[in-house]
Amino acid sequence: MASNLPPKPTLEHSTAASGGLAHEHHERPRGIWRWLLTTNHKEIGTLYLVFSLVMFFIGGIFALVVRAELFQPGLQLVQPEFFNQMTTMHGLIMVFGAVMPSFVGLANWMVPLQVGAPDMALPRLNNFSFWLLPVAFTLLLSTLLMPGGGPDFGWTFYAPLSTTYAPPSTTFFILSLHMAGISSILGAINIIATILNLRAPGMRLMDMPLFVWTWLITAFLLIAVMPILAGVITMMLMDINFGTSFFNAAGGGDPVLFQHLFWFFGHPEVYIMILPAFGIVSAIIPTFARKPLFGYASMVYATASIAILSFLVWAHHMFVVGLPLVAELFFMFTTMLIAIPTGVKVFNWIATLFRGSITFETAMLFALSFVVLFTIGGFSGLMLAIAPADFQYHDTYFVVAHFHYVLVPGAIFAVMAGVYYWLPKWTGHYPDERLGRWHFWMSVIGVNLTFFPMHFSGLAGMPRRIPDYALQFADFNMVSSVGAFMFGVSQLLFVWGVIKCVRGGEKAPAKAWEGAEDLEWSVPSPAPLHTFETPPEFTPITH
Amino acid sequence: MSGGSYYVPESSKWPALGSLAVGIMMAGLGTLLVYGRGALVMTLGMVAVLSVMFLWFRDVVRESRQGLYDDQMDRSFRWGMGWFIFSEVMFFAAFFGALFYVRTFAVPWLDGEGAKGVAALLWPDFTASWPLMNPPDAGISGPRESVSPWQLPLANTLFLVSSSITLTIAHEALKEGYRRTARNWLIGTLVLGISFLVVQGFEYYEAYAHLGLTLEAGIYGSTFFLLTGFHGLHVTIGAITLAVMLGRIIKGHFTRDDHFAFEAASWYWHFVDVVWIGLFLFVYVF
Repeated sequence: MASNLPPKPTLEHSTAASGGLAHEHHERPRGIWRWLLTTNHKEIGTLYLVFSLVMFFIGGIFALVVRAELFQPGLQLVQPEFFNQMTTMHGLIMVFGAVMPSFVGLANWMVPLQVGAPDMALPRLNNFSFWLLPVAFTLLLSTLLMPGGGPDFGWTFYAPLSTTYAPPSTTFFILSLHMAGISSILGAINIIATILNLRAPGMRLMDMPLFVWTWLITAFLLIAVMPILAGVITMMLMDINFGTSFFNAAGGGDPVLFQHLFWFFGHPEVYIMILPAFGIVSAIIPTFARKPLFGYASMVYATASIAILSFLVWAHHMFVVGLPLVAELFFMFTTMLIAIPTGVKVFNWIATLFRGSITFETAMLFALSFVVLFTIGGFSGLMLAIAPADFQYHDTYFVVAHFHYVLVPGAIFAVMAGVYYWLPKWTGHYPDERLGRWHFWMSVIGVNLTFFPMHFSGLAGMPRRIPDYALQFADFNMVSSVGAFMFGVSQLLFVWGVIKCVRGGEKAPAKAWEGAEDLEWSVPSPAPLHTFETPPEFTPITH
Repeated sequence: MSGGSYYVPESSKWPALGSLAVGIMMAGLGTLLVYGRGALVMTLGMVAVLSVMFLWFRDVVRESRQGLYDDQMDRSFRWGMGWFIFSEVMFFAAFFGALFYVRTFAVPWLDGEGAKGVAALLWPDFTASWPLMNPPDAGISGPRESVSPWQLPLANTLFLVSSSITLTIAHEALKEGYRRTARNWLIGTLVLGISFLVVQGFEYYEAYAHLGLTLEAGIYGSTFFLLTGFHGLHVTIGAITLAVMLGRIIKGHFTRDDHFAFEAASWYWHFVDVVWIGLFLFVYVF
């Protein structure tokens, strides 16, 4: 393109496995500066993952405050006002601070490696996307210390609870969410540009690993709906500070408008938090079943169908708000349609396992439990989709059980599976299997102890987001709280396992797992800072 | 596809400084809105954000001028800008969606129409109309008059539509290598854009001073200022971007087939123009 090209440094790599040593490097910044100034996708990926782990623990502690209060009926530990702040902040931190950034972290690390790209398409923008997050979440957490306390209206921040009746700190909450949203949009643009533009020569779209495919679709969803979130919180900001009437019927607006806008963002957001998980599981199961993924193309089409349907189902969150009947029916049926592509996926995972030569490494354990437990969450979602039944389930612990099943043993187990799977590539060492198995079994038991009883207390009518409950729910709640603490404590094993793996352990070769076929296994373990500076030759494997 | 020349900058201080600057600006803005002070912090933050943007883009321009970017990098920029504009489209979609929802459902329902007509019990005397001159509750006083589409808004429509045409002429001239022509038509585009903003400012003044149309005047004022305000902000951003392109043309940047910055700025300007057509139709005319 440019007419006056200067002589370029000659690149001597020709194989995919070459590191970046021959590149003429400037003195790289050290210490904290290395992380602040970096443009490297692997370092930024690490930053994302560490950040999301920290947020996971902060959000987890908030959840444990909630569970500690609910251990017994009556008010023991916290005031209702603070309880509300804890439920709200738990949700916000987990959704925007833990789950989403963890997937972006994995995308940062793995997408360039899986498509054979030298880095992300826009490396500086990548760093900006990350560093917005610590700033945003510092501001968000600081609201807890402000007069009137932090956000206390639930993570869905329905108006007028979040406008007319909200604490003064809500404005700060809105501004911090704006920053997190900018981060997500820019991050998604980067990922989409990387996937569309930086694939190795010869890699067609239908040759891409499923994790890349799911992230391509996720990035599209992010760019489509994060601006809607920005719009709705901007309207909130104006209702609070400038006297507008968007969500105020007295001025001709409508609080229900808030819910429509929020869930038009919120439902695709739910799939933003699960599609990359599908991608991770679709990488791990074939590896440890030592068989190619069953139904690759149908996996891609199923993912795309889920993404399209996600724009047509939002009002199933609002069945009891007083929608016209035709809307209840429309959203009920579209929601049930989602079961079809999701069923295709679950079928394909199971068909991949069929007659496979299966081994049960920690990554595989998490991936298999994902398939089972996510499916439970999917089925309870199908129950919730039935509009007349939802009148009973709405705002009960049944809903809490449902979305925690898809988010904890769903999204978070998939992230952990991904971490155990790719740790050899990142650190050059295998994770400690014994420790990993302890972590897995403690987690899987803890998660089910916590959330399975919630189905029953919810069906019996226990409302969510209330610090006290009727006596007949006491046993279920006690079990949930014990499970929650068990799950929480067992995550320390995860941290220990990761630190141990970073510091040492059994050395991993380039192809760390026998059945792993994707491009990332062609570079050395640990992956050198710069990979694929010259694009690798890609030979499609037949799916 | 990459020939191994894809440019990856070694390290940069702008992203981290930019995040910090955004944080300072947001903290200042929040303090200003909630506690009525913090304007200084906000202003400092804003100046810092703009400075970082300036310096960051300066780096990018320099790298581009040094020929560090290959065709593949050019495509990354194209994808990046295209998806960014798509995100902006969705941002406005939220506001248009709110407008349509209010006009089609919320306001008629408050008057007792349709499946949710029971909402009429809240304010039995309320009569639905659009523009909504009499909000349901007496505590909120509506506007005295709405804005006539056939005066200032029509002039503004002519300004923006013709500015898209002049910009296209400038672009074609740049592609043909007629730099002076490109410069002159770009100046014309900027004049039209700035005229739009001046007229918009005058319209806001009229609305507040004479029509009683304010942010507090119920849902009509809310949607009116939300949509036109954010559009005006985007025109401002677009005009600043075009001004930078003018400066770069004058400095001798861009070649006949390598001027993506100019193209990106013009994509953005056309997008802003299209949004205005939607505004003119659904905020002003219908």
